[in-house]
Amino acid sequence: MKILTTVKRVTDPDMKVKIKPDQSGVVTDGVEYKMNSFDEYGVEEAIKLKEAHGGEIVVVSVGPSSATKEIRTAMAMGADRGILVETDAELDSDAVARVLAEVVRRESPDIIVMGKQAVDSDRNQTGQILASYLDYPQATFAYSLEVADGWATVGREVDGGTATKRVKLPAIITADLRLNEPRYASLPGIMKAKRKPLETLSPSDLGVDIANKVNVLLFEAPEEREAGEIVEDIDTLIDRLKNKAKVL
Amino acid sequence: MANVLVVAEHLDGKLRKVTLPTITFAQQTAALTGGEVHVLVLGNGTDAVAAEVAKYGVSKVHFANSPVFENYLAETYAPAIVKAAQAIGATVVAAPSSTTGKDVLPRVAAKLDAGMVSDAIAVFDDGGIKFRRPLWAGNVLTTVEVVTPVKVITVRTTDFEAPAEGDAAAVEAFDAGLAAPDNAEFVSFDQVKSERPELTDAAVVVAGGRGLKSGENFQMIMNLADTLGGAVGASRAAVDSGYAPNDWQIGQTGKVVAPDLYFAVAISGAIQHLAGMKGSKTIVAINKDADAPIFQVADFGLVGDAFEIVPALTEKLKGIV
Ligand SMILES: Cc1cc2nc3c(=O)[nH]c(=O)nc-3n(C[C@H](O)[C@H](O)[C@H](O)COP(=O)(O)OP(=O)(O)OC[C@H]3O[C@@H](n4cnc5c(N)ncnc54)[C@H](O)[C@@H]3O)c2cc1C
Ligand SMILES: Cc1cc2nc3c(=O)[nH]c(=O)nc-3n(C[C@H](O)[C@H](O)[C@H](O)COP(=O)(O)OP(=O)(O)OC[C@H]3O[C@@H](n4cnc5c(N)ncnc54)[C@H](O)[C@@H]3O)c2cc1C
Repeated sequence: MKILTTVKRVTDPDMKVKIKPDQSGVVTDGVEYKMNSFDEYGVEEAIKLKEAHGGEIVVVSVGPSSATKEIRTAMAMGADRGILVETDAELDSDAVARVLAEVVRRESPDIIVMGKQAVDSDRNQTGQILASYLDYPQATFAYSLEVADGWATVGREVDGGTATKRVKLPAIITADLRLNEPRYASLPGIMKAKRKPLETLSPSDLGVDIANKVNVLLFEAPEEREAGEIVEDIDTLIDRLKNKAKVL
Repeated sequence: MANVLVVAEHLDGKLRKVTLPTITFAQQTAALTGGEVHVLVLGNGTDAVAAEVAKYGVSKVHFANSPVFENYLAETYAPAIVKAAQAIGATVVAAPSSTTGKDVLPRVAAKLDAGMVSDAIAVFDDGGIKFRRPLWAGNVLTTVEVVTPVKVITVRTTDFEAPAEGDAAAVEAFDAGLAAPDNAEFVSFDQVKSERPELTDAAVVVAGGRGLKSGENFQMIMNLADTLGGAVGASRAAVDSGYAPNDWQIGQTGKVVAPDLYFAVAISGAIQHLAGMKGSKTIVAINKDADAPIFQVADFGLVGDAFEIVPALTEKLKGIV
């Protein structure tokens, strides 16, 4: 089975993001980057699929040359080879999906496993747009995945409960929490990853025009909430809720 | 005409409340673009839902009854939404930022060659229509423009009120002319049945964190919620630890809530959690660590052991509410 998985380089979610004084973006100097958390679940799931069914894992990132770091991390976890579609442009989800669609057409994987959302831009679109461009079925927010006889059975986290869906391969799966427990890259894994093949392409090599459909014009900090009052005891709390906040 | 199409959501034959703030968003958008608000209801046996949604200040409701739409599948809903959008000349297609909206609208956007905005919290005209949306767990707000003629938007429903009820709009049958797909199948939906209100529209939410140490201990959170007629939520750490179901998760990668009253019990207050509850009107934090970051956003904080405070608070409230 050929499995394609994607990794996005994002700012470390534990770091506070700062906005540039001219509000044109966020400060990137001195910022640490890592693999988008949900992509860790995607890579882990790809490895599990390979362990169960054999085959090959191709990991793809669309981003700057520094994104090779996240590709190597995925390889250290167990991916076999990497593709970086290199661009310094800030792409919207549609542009990323158009790039990924060309990679999928070249590679013809049996299944594509992605994260459900990137923790920087928080858009939750790329997998679904990719599925639409390829006319593939999709199963988003996966918490369980089983593949047999050319179909994937996927447990999905949805509002009000959970749903189960079957999709015929090739299909796009996006990972939610609980899908698995991503492994750490081992030291031998890291050493091996250095020798694994990594191809670098440009969007124009793939014939993709990366013009955005959505432009970000302005970055602002939200209004901060002020810290309130530390109350002594339960009675004071009830008094405040009744008489000050008037919510009881 | 520059119409706005709202994709309605329903469950068990009833309109889901998340549809209402989405209609308000659509009304605000139509006021800027000069079009009408139309609503699309897809399902099988949706007449009652169509009649209900028609009362909320919209121009027309289109409903499709078909076995193909009996159960939600992105593979059938997306082409139907695309067809309806084209039929009514929609330049904006909007849906709640629910799991269904997030699942289906990007598929619609790609087919309409439209740019898409996720989680819009505002729409305005500033030399062209612009949207606002949060990113980085709500630490950044951006103003975005969509350069394509058709725009597809999921709406953060906690940022819009429900519209006023008015005269009922015309309701029309819509034929999407679709067959069931051969590459995707609905298997089951396991609904969590609960007497409690839905998290996203409850007036009170009581949320518990990892500090509760077990699923059994969540019972005191439920008792407090039940006393106040509220919903129950949880931090991701509590969900990850198996203390609470995933459906309860509040935050950047869970649900966004904005009740009148929010209790954060044994929750430290990580930014990813705050992203889901900062919009609450009044926040109460109960935490044994006086330095927990949650106190920096709480209106009222009580420092102490949740195992003592929560049951005692619940008892006292029983005499009041
Ligand atoms: C403020 C800002 C700064 C940015 N800076 C850069 C930058 O320096 N360089 C740059 O290249 N882009 C940059 N981007 C663009 C960013 O890469 C796109 O937003 C992104 O590619 C689309 O992500 P999303 O959040 O919509 O993905 P989502 O739809 O939320 O992500 C879903 C999944 O899609 C996959 N995916 C998404 N993006 C990629 C990707 N790029 N490569 C591989 N898989 C992916 C992942 O599996 C991810 O889990 C920036 C965007 C913003 C808003
Ligand atoms: C990409 C990403 C996305 C995320 N998305 C989300 C999300 O959507 N929602 C979310 O919640 N988190 C999310 N997180 C996780 C988040 O960063 C925190 O890890 C999480 O919110 C912590 O949960 P907690 O406060 O319950 O646990 P902890 O941080 O472990 O805090 C437990 C708290 O309980 C207190 N406590 C312990 N015992 C008691 C007691 N007896 N009485 C009173 N207080 C007590 C402690 O003082 C402590 O403050 C995300 C993280 C990442 C990286």
